[in-house]
Amino acid sequence: MSDAEQPGFAPTQPNTGTEFEPVQVFPEVTDSDLRSGADSCYKCSTCDVNCPVAAVDDSFPGPKFQGPEQWRLHQRDEEHEIDDSIMSCSNCMRCDNACPSGVPLSQMHNTARAEYVSEQMSHRSVEYWRNRLLSNYRLSAWAASKAPRVANWMLNFGPARQLLEATLGITAEREFPAFATETFRRWWQRRGGAAASRARAVAARRRQGLDPDADKKVAYFHGCYSNYNTPEVGRALVRVYEHFGYEVVVPKQGCSGTPMFANGMIDDAARHKDRTLEGFTPKLDAGYDVIASCTSCSMALRQEYPELFEDAGVDALAGRTYEGIEYLRIHEDLPGALAEAEAPADFPDAFAYHAPCHARNQGLARQAVELFRHLEGVTIEDVGESCSGISGTYGWKQEKYEVSMQIGEDMFEHMHDAAGTTGMTECPTCAMQMEHGTSYPIRHPLELLAAVLTD
Amino acid sequence: MAIESDVLVIGGGLAGMMSALAAAEEGASVRLISYKQSTLRQASGLIDLLGYLPGEQRPVVSPYEAIGALPAEHPYAILGVDRVRAAMDRFDTTVGYDGGGAERNTLVATHAGGYKPTFRTPQSVTPGALADGGAMLLVGFDPITDFDAPFAAAMLTEAGVPFEVHGETLPFPIEQASDAGIGRFAALIEEDPAVPATGRTLRESIATAIGAVLGEAERVGVPAILGTQESASIIAELEAALGVPVFEVPMGPPSLLGSRLEAELHAALDRAGVSMELGNPVVDADADARISTVYVEKNHAQIPYAASEYVLATGGLVGKGVGSDRSQVHEPVFGCHIPHPADRSDWYDDDVFGAHPFARFGVRVGGDLRPQTADGAIEYQNLRAAGSVIGGADFAKEKSGSGISIATGVAAGTAAAEEAA
Repeated sequence: MSDAEQPGFAPTQPNTGTEFEPVQVFPEVTDSDLRSGADSCYKCSTCDVNCPVAAVDDSFPGPKFQGPEQWRLHQRDEEHEIDDSIMSCSNCMRCDNACPSGVPLSQMHNTARAEYVSEQMSHRSVEYWRNRLLSNYRLSAWAASKAPRVANWMLNFGPARQLLEATLGITAEREFPAFATETFRRWWQRRGGAAASRARAVAARRRQGLDPDADKKVAYFHGCYSNYNTPEVGRALVRVYEHFGYEVVVPKQGCSGTPMFANGMIDDAARHKDRTLEGFTPKLDAGYDVIASCTSCSMALRQEYPELFEDAGVDALAGRTYEGIEYLRIHEDLPGALAEAEAPADFPDAFAYHAPCHARNQGLARQAVELFRHLEGVTIEDVGESCSGISGTYGWKQEKYEVSMQIGEDMFEHMHDAAGTTGMTECPTCAMQMEHGTSYPIRHPLELLAAVLTD
Repeated sequence: MAIESDVLVIGGGLAGMMSALAAAEEGASVRLISYKQSTLRQASGLIDLLGYLPGEQRPVVSPYEAIGALPAEHPYAILGVDRVRAAMDRFDTTVGYDGGGAERNTLVATHAGGYKPTFRTPQSVTPGALADGGAMLLVGFDPITDFDAPFAAAMLTEAGVPFEVHGETLPFPIEQASDAGIGRFAALIEEDPAVPATGRTLRESIATAIGAVLGEAERVGVPAILGTQESASIIAELEAALGVPVFEVPMGPPSLLGSRLEAELHAALDRAGVSMELGNPVVDADADARISTVYVEKNHAQIPYAASEYVLATGGLVGKGVGSDRSQVHEPVFGCHIPHPADRSDWYDDDVFGAHPFARFGVRVGGDLRPQTADGAIEYQNLRAAGSVIGGADFAKEKSGSGISIATGVAAGTAAAEEAA
């Protein structure tokens, strides 16, 4: 309903008296209505100052334009096309964290990008297919996992990479991450799956004098990277949880959708979301909470799912998804456990820690640094609040590679300044960037936690 | 089950940070939770204590002396001058600002051509003080539309400052998009790349351009864009090239002076061992006479946090620590009472620049800083308030926002830690 249709509103006879009662002229906002977000923007530009892309790329107009301003232009003029600069947004979501007025900037960007990709970008262009290939990493990783050694050789074979760059625009500057010879899921099955996990959890409860039937159970969203590339992270999570007496299940799941949102591939993301809901909804109904080891996965399930999808199961999943260490901080005495433990002899004792942007938005930017203060003999040094610059698939694009490395420069510098020569982060692609810029090996905080608390 | 600490501070602005720092320095384990980045990024970066008494046009010269003239419900009057002074002393020892220990206000130029009384200034701002000093050149850059140097100079001359002021607008040596943000300029100046076709660095080019219009000026003011972290060395380089002091003029949001203050306070909090979680709001609480648990909403999940003592430093109407709808004014986290007239038309003054009652809305506290119910009882035994969530002051008119935050923040944090011990 427009202002003019409001009953009782007569512009020719303005009500100038003190009896004036403002009325609600807009209908109640539903979840997908972005008007309230656009109206909340008071143009302070704090988001633009926080945008790592705008800081190094003069041609990028920044989140304020991409979000509320573009949304308004679009409302006024149906013909208004989404500006192609939306593809230069890396979806780091820093603007969400920066906005003092609660504008859902990343939701606006995701929505605009999805529209741009589905309606304006040519589906026959190389860019479209390159972006689809990158964002459907799970598919490529699945194929590679069938013959990981061959894939690892081929994907870092110089001439093949030159060809990938020349034909598809996937930068040849980066080393492809190695595919594990055994995926996390294969390890999980070989180990005996949920039944074995229950047995281990019950044994741990007995050891600690807890009720052997305690209701401690979690469903693990491992995501693609922990499955295909770093199964050691998934294995560490399982061991830590079982140590505290939790039985773990590993439901059927798709990609979290993070790379798809960032590339505007909303239909691909929806397909994977369906698969994830199918796997996790029955577990939620059975009382399992959901945990993730990748902070972009937990971010997607918590924030982007409810913002972008309207399925019935989405809110329940979002409401009960936790980052893997965060959940233990709520339910267990982690500081106490670390204070009593000793630093592991066979693990590095000094780390240069980078907080992923997506961890930041979940309030987790300082979690690792603050938690391991309780462990004597191990130093975790925060390398500052800059973005790593890779933002998932972003830094893999030939035309974005330079920008990505410029954004990462601060982080590389601070990593070199830190005492440790091992990096630490929760995000797989931040880890790629950290390794690429410093040649340090990169570990996940859960790996350290497992090394400290379990055998 | 919850994430635990002795003291939980809700709100990451100046009041919350000073409160967390004071509590940690008392030996408590402290966690600070903030919905967003600190509101200091929207603030000037100056530390005001008391610039004007209510209803007065002339700036206050000695704020500590003027506190005695404030109404009884003003936060300074509630705390008493000694606690205000002790809190400012703590700020002085924490942050490397100028004016530490000084008793008098100083006047500084604002980016819009006005001036204001303030109490402590970042070192990069100090040489621009208006009460003394020599002839001044203000330099703007044409892509930075928030600072019109010739206009600001004309306004200061009109106001009768006791020195010559001249304003010049210069092109920025490296061409920028017309809508480039402040952060872009700061990052470039910090990076200091070569300017194409000149063989000079950016900073050298800026100094050369300013030198060409320097004339008889004895000091030069530029908008506050001189880097995010390395402003001191950038200023030193410009001063060496120009031979006169260079200062920054505080700008509107987003404010680099405010961001630098935030970074300095975060470092102090880190050293004091304070845990910090930024990015999500506290939305709910379990409480009877005491608060047992608060809940932080991370999108859909609610994460429980528990502490012995809580500090409410969520801000005022702008910071969303005070909410309102058409029927009432409320405090959204714990539902603390906020005194306000029943009729909404009494919330504001008809004069736009008048003394609006809404500007003073906030929780009512006693000397213990515990929020009180409508009949004067304590809302929650383990809750104290700090900063602009406390009512009774019109900080925008008084120029008292930072001082109230520091004074009530230190007092609330110290009391919370003592109680938790």
